[in-house]
Amino acid sequence: MATGDHKIRVLVAKAGLDGHDRGAKVVAASFRDAGFEVIYTGLHQTPEQVVEAAIQEDVDVVAVSLLSGAHMTIFPDVVSLLREKGASHVLVTGGGIIPPQDMEALAKLGVGRLFGPGSPTSEAVEYIQEWCAAHPRAV
Amino acid sequence: MKEPVTRTPVDAAPQPHGGPRPAGPSEVERAAAAWKEKYEATARERDDLFETISGSRVEPLYTPADDKDRDYLRDVNFPGEFPYTRGIHPTMYRGRLWTMRQFAGFGNAKQTNERFHYLLEHGQMGLSVAFDVPTLMGFDSDDPKARGEVGMCGVAVDSLADMETLFHGIPLGDITTSMTINGPAAIIWALFLAAAEKQGVPFAKVGGTLQNDAFKEFVAQKCWCFPPRPALRLVVDTIEFATRNMPKWNSVSVSGYHIREAGSTAAQELAFTLKDGFTYVEEAIKAGLDIDEFAPRLSFFFNAHMDFFEEIAKYRAARRIWARHLRDIYKAKNPRSWQLRFHTQTAGCSLTAQQPENNIVRTAIEALAGVLGGTQSLHTNSMDETLALPSDKAVKIALRTQQILAHETGVTNVADPLGGSYYVEALTDRLEREAEDYFREIDARGGVIECIEQGYFQREIHRASYRYQQELEQKKRIIVGVNEFVEAEEKLEIPILYIDAQVEKDQVAALRKLRETRDNDLVKRRLAALTDAARDESKNLVPYLVDCARAYGTKGEMRKAMGVVFGEHHEAPEF
Repeated sequence: MATGDHKIRVLVAKAGLDGHDRGAKVVAASFRDAGFEVIYTGLHQTPEQVVEAAIQEDVDVVAVSLLSGAHMTIFPDVVSLLREKGASHVLVTGGGIIPPQDMEALAKLGVGRLFGPGSPTSEAVEYIQEWCAAHPRAV
Repeated sequence: MKEPVTRTPVDAAPQPHGGPRPAGPSEVERAAAAWKEKYEATARERDDLFETISGSRVEPLYTPADDKDRDYLRDVNFPGEFPYTRGIHPTMYRGRLWTMRQFAGFGNAKQTNERFHYLLEHGQMGLSVAFDVPTLMGFDSDDPKARGEVGMCGVAVDSLADMETLFHGIPLGDITTSMTINGPAAIIWALFLAAAEKQGVPFAKVGGTLQNDAFKEFVAQKCWCFPPRPALRLVVDTIEFATRNMPKWNSVSVSGYHIREAGSTAAQELAFTLKDGFTYVEEAIKAGLDIDEFAPRLSFFFNAHMDFFEEIAKYRAARRIWARHLRDIYKAKNPRSWQLRFHTQTAGCSLTAQQPENNIVRTAIEALAGVLGGTQSLHTNSMDETLALPSDKAVKIALRTQQILAHETGVTNVADPLGGSYYVEALTDRLEREAEDYFREIDARGGVIECIEQGYFQREIHRASYRYQQELEQKKRIIVGVNEFVEAEEKLEIPILYIDAQVEKDQVAALRKLRETRDNDLVKRRLAALTDAARDESKNLVPYLVDCARAYGTKGEMRKAMGVVFGEHHEAPEF
């Protein structure tokens, strides 16, 4: 997919109890302006709720925003739940306050690129576009 | 961009406090107009737009001509005199310095207790507790929702047992404690009061501040516990309890900090915060309290962002607006009710993950704005906070920054040293006008709770933050190390503080053990009494909460006991 007239579908998710939603909303608005179909979960979602929404909305990408320090629990949960539900084709990416060492550890678990503070939203947009172009989904 | 929020253009702004004008322009006004004309005809500027970080246009120069509608005694006056534009004390920092109060908390109560002792040993003057996210929302550490969050960005406190550990060796009758807790503020306060009682300190002797600003959770911080109306009831209950029993306690710290961090402009921070404060005042009056009994114990908490002069003007405008409204609209008679006291924290959102050492400089400049704005207490951020929790070394540098300002720079010698600056005075006037415009808008929409429910504040803030982000990406604004002066191969050279996953396991185990060893019949009875009291609007809930705390009831249990009556809050996802 992600070619022709199919728009890239992204779920922007706030997982865990973290209430800092400035970044998630800015990223969601940037994705929308870049031409993606964006679904925003709203706040305080469990990994189960995030994955359920991802499947229901048939998204290509889940972008999780996390600033509470719970990333080493929540990202792996989202990845493994997606696998369990047969949705391992979905890219899990995201951003927040995540130390570089943790980003590396999460990458090994199958999490895509994570964007730290100060990253331009255009970088995330390009990353998702490139990833979707390289991973066309069998319809 | 430009004009994304309801913003009044400078020139067209109403002059709510305009005094009588002499007929025709004065000599200075004519000369200023001539200077401006010449400037516009000849000046070559390096940019086509000059504005504050909030997007307000700035003139190339401010002169006595900008002072024409301001009356010194009425609008500015001397420090310690209404409307306190220049500060609430005649002496300001010649009398006493601001309180250096670093916000701290991580891991379990024992670890945070050690950090508290460390800070006190290095000259900190008061404590400020950062709770973890489950605590901020009132969930116990073993709640499934808390998984992965326990002790991560604050300390986990579930019961009186944790509070006792948190303040071990710290006499609560001598050291003042500030607690950043809002949705479940009344619950956590009850645990704290029970801990003070166990130290043998009577409530009347306990000093400190409860943030307890439920509204700003819905507006910005988004760690709520109950829907807005019951949340407001709990705020009023705590105000009432403190007013009757705790003369040294500040019951609410009305907070703009988080509104600004969420991306608002300076005017939005100022206006939304003060309007929240006015609403608490109105509700407390409705509950039968005398304004002069409780207003002196309300305090404020503002951000110190990077636009130096705009921030200083914001604090000056805040004092003037609060004084005018409290005296003229709410009819307070005690001057202490008119005086806006505030805590300042430097802007976390201004810090960069890139070249983090530069954050020391940013924080110093922001802290200086807070001091020149007349703050009563100050927290300076650590350079590493965009990466992780601050390390001991980073925390110490942040505290030393305040000590350098206080003891080396001479800025403490004079009250309001920037008073009379044509620019700062004009900015102060403008921020007051912009805030008054917002007050009218909020009133027209039915008030604060209606605006929360309509998502009005949230939308205004989101628009401002999105505009700001776009300006950064288009390089209309420069952030050193982020979109200019970037170092490609940056190597991180500062240590990162990690919270061990064991903290959560230990916390959960301790909580389970507590539930096995306490008097569970007593806990059950007290929680039932709390539920009954929640059903009865005439009951103040604080004594019921303290009873639950004394019996080692947990915060999550108290939340549930009230939750069956109060219900849950959900925000419509919008961006």
